[in-house]
Amino acid sequence: MSENQRAAGIGASGLVLEEPLLWERGRPGRSGMSPPRPGVPAAALPPELAGSGPDWPDLSEPEVVRHYTRLSSWNFGVDTGLYPLGSCTMKYNPKINEKLAALPGFAGAHPLLPEEAVQGALRLIYELEGFLAEIAGLSAASLQPAAGAHGELCGMLMFSAWHRRRGGGRDKILIPDTAHGTNPASAAMCGFREVKLPLGPDGILEAGPVAELMDGQTAGIMVTNPNTLGLFESNLPAISRLVHERGGLVYADGANLNAIMGRVDLGKMGVDAAHFNLHKSMSTPHGGGGPGAGPVAVGKELAPFLPGPRVALRDGRYVWNRDPPLSIGRLHSFHGQFAVCLRAYAYILSLGPEIRTASGLAVLNANYVREKLRTAFDLPFGRRSLHECVFTDARQKKHGVTTLDLAKRLIDLGYHPPTIYFPLAVSGAMMIEPTETESREDLDAFVAAMLRMADEAEREPEVLHRAPIRSLAGRLDETAAARRPRLTGDMGVGHA
Amino acid sequence: MTFRYFPHTADDIREMLAAVGVDAIDDLFADIPPECRRDRPLELPGPLDEWELTRRLEEMAAAAGGDWRVFVGGGSQPHRIPALVPALAGRSEFLTAYTPYQPEISQGTLQAIFEFQTLVARLTGLAAANASLYDGATALAEAALMAIRIRSRRQIAVSGLVHPHWREVLDAYLRPLEGTRIVTLPPGADGRTNLSPLGELPEPAVLILQSPNFLGFFEDLRTAGEAIHAAGGLLAAGFSEPFALGLAKNPGELGADLAFGEGQSLGIPQSFGGPGLGLLAARAEFLRQLPGRLVGETIDNRGRRGFVLTLAAREQHIRRARAVSNICSNAGHAALTAAVFMAACGGSGFRKIAQANLDLAEYFKAGLLRIGFEKISGLPTFNEFALRAPAWFPARHAALRKRRVLAGLSLAEYYPEYPGAWLFGVGETRDGADIDRLLEELKP
Repeated sequence: MSENQRAAGIGASGLVLEEPLLWERGRPGRSGMSPPRPGVPAAALPPELAGSGPDWPDLSEPEVVRHYTRLSSWNFGVDTGLYPLGSCTMKYNPKINEKLAALPGFAGAHPLLPEEAVQGALRLIYELEGFLAEIAGLSAASLQPAAGAHGELCGMLMFSAWHRRRGGGRDKILIPDTAHGTNPASAAMCGFREVKLPLGPDGILEAGPVAELMDGQTAGIMVTNPNTLGLFESNLPAISRLVHERGGLVYADGANLNAIMGRVDLGKMGVDAAHFNLHKSMSTPHGGGGPGAGPVAVGKELAPFLPGPRVALRDGRYVWNRDPPLSIGRLHSFHGQFAVCLRAYAYILSLGPEIRTASGLAVLNANYVREKLRTAFDLPFGRRSLHECVFTDARQKKHGVTTLDLAKRLIDLGYHPPTIYFPLAVSGAMMIEPTETESREDLDAFVAAMLRMADEAEREPEVLHRAPIRSLAGRLDETAAARRPRLTGDMGVGHA
Repeated sequence: MTFRYFPHTADDIREMLAAVGVDAIDDLFADIPPECRRDRPLELPGPLDEWELTRRLEEMAAAAGGDWRVFVGGGSQPHRIPALVPALAGRSEFLTAYTPYQPEISQGTLQAIFEFQTLVARLTGLAAANASLYDGATALAEAALMAIRIRSRRQIAVSGLVHPHWREVLDAYLRPLEGTRIVTLPPGADGRTNLSPLGELPEPAVLILQSPNFLGFFEDLRTAGEAIHAAGGLLAAGFSEPFALGLAKNPGELGADLAFGEGQSLGIPQSFGGPGLGLLAARAEFLRQLPGRLVGETIDNRGRRGFVLTLAAREQHIRRARAVSNICSNAGHAALTAAVFMAACGGSGFRKIAQANLDLAEYFKAGLLRIGFEKISGLPTFNEFALRAPAWFPARHAALRKRRVLAGLSLAEYYPEYPGAWLFGVGETRDGADIDRLLEELKP
């Protein structure tokens, strides 16, 4: 930490630049790229088909470069600073993985090339599926799902297909209060009705309510372990036994896998299917909203139902197994988010079995922050947490300061806010997940910023109400945005 | 243990453990019951250092197919990518951010996606576009689900000339939903969809077409739109090649209610088929039924223009099981990359590239016809086209594969109704001389 930072008690400061909308720049006739020179005679579409093409603005190359460079300066990424967004695992995204994904052999590979052309790509898919199954403690995996929610959908499609094969008739699914909203939405896309499962007093699930609710119309259960409070679901083996005894299946949402890699065995816990968020635990960049990847690992029972086609190894060559008979079919235009999977493959090889250490340090960092902040902020659950910790604004509320105010003030102090108001089961929740790639000094500085806010809440709450003041934009009017949605800009006359 | 991604020294770990009040990192996992624990070490290769890793991946990349000369599209199209596109999109402020939940420090992503939505709306001729879906296939599936919601009907009519993989995805999405039915309209003898079975379909929610279709032929969207509208359903018009819209009338002009497509052509490397970029646009009245993220304009508390994720009441994190979709992470960075690409092209440049694609494809087609290929149909095409191959061709195709050339894709597996048909494609990454060379190599 520099002296200036120490004096100001902040993590960042910077120059704020103005930049108009894309079409407020440029002039018709400019160009930001070399026009093609095909060297063949011109052809034309018949007049009834011919249109005028999109009326996008014309900009020169330097204008395009300046536009996006300036926009980028308004963004905060994990390369910028600590990004403790709970349940999102914003760990460092290694640069080498970007370089490897851009290798022309991979980046230029057409997905419909014949098997003999793409042995290197098929090997990557085959091996990564094996690595993920090994990390999960399950027997097989598919890389087709394109994101976490897509992995959940894949899981629910497999549940549905498995039950249909056994006579069907199950249209309910148990989902705890702490689940991500994607869980019930994914289940609903497969026609399952959500049955809410209450939490026990410790913030984790208990077998009792499952015994009560798991009936012959229920397809199974979706759990997140560790759950969204950062607590390990230690009753899961007993719950899984119950669900299986009554003819159901167990799905584990892998959003929080970063806490437990190399330490738990999902197979032993009775999990039938689980997804990985490669853009979380496996370090691939989230890109401001994807593309991620949500590969699904399964136990023996569901392995035949995985999406197809699947890569197989026969006589030392990788081949496509195009029509696995029980497969739920295809979930992606081609073979999944290959370039994202490639980065995850590189990450796993970089760490090898030491990936276990990533989880150990992630949990250490979260507990360190939890310990340092518990004197100033309310902790709703007393149990030790794993990779993230959840506080509330109960103490600050007495001074009229809410979680939202704390989050916005944290921006002024140079940090990305934690996940706020989630899980819904906790009022005014602040879910902090530092990840293993933060140093102790950076955690200390973050803790100092949090403690400073707790102090400000008592002494000068208006500072928090006003925040943020150092970012380009102040608090934005989300109500107005939703009331009269304006999703596209008016390009105006110049570009018509 | 020291590893470059982990900042912790032995002293750090010792002191932090002391602060937490435990002796060892393993003690932090004490809450995990033994029956949940892994009882054997992870069997994974590595750890590899940066240079070992690079060597291994370079070896794999050399056998991944990127050096093949490919004359096929089929939903993944090679296009030139100007250097500024990866340089700008790769800026880590964009790349290493999460979904913009905190708009005050995410205005870069938010404005870029607002601009993306605007550019896609102008491309498709519809009022509103979302912030992206995973790929063309999932965009199609979401368009179908959207139409089911809008019309409260459960019959889907889909053209058999929509990309076969995309139809497989639609099938997988709808299979568990009781009461929904997919009716596939057969390919017609002219290479376009045979719309006549549409008349027998009671209460269709939507007619799904792709134009140009998988064989490369432009569909008659206007007639199709009139037919489905008369039956009270929506027209969803798709495309796997956005450059076609640089020269052809767009879906909105031709009466489509929804447009979906694959946006990979817009500056995104082919990367063995993923990630792609799912595009979805709709007429204004259906805006609240769009799935996925939407960025909207608003003002901040200082009265300045700014952008936020909006209409969240449609979404899974608010509505849970009643959400319009389960989508959370989409293809945000691919959308941003496409926006940079579209900005670099401009409307004028996009049209020029599209023109070059048409010119090259017509030149290629004429050359193939000269050496014995036959037309399936006289209908116009853009940068892909199916032809019937002469009897000698499969052997030449196989021989060229040995020289790392993919000279077309056999349609036997997908379309037995067009015996001997092969699909070809070419774009501005090739020129006339490349095509002459291929034609020379192809000669029997």
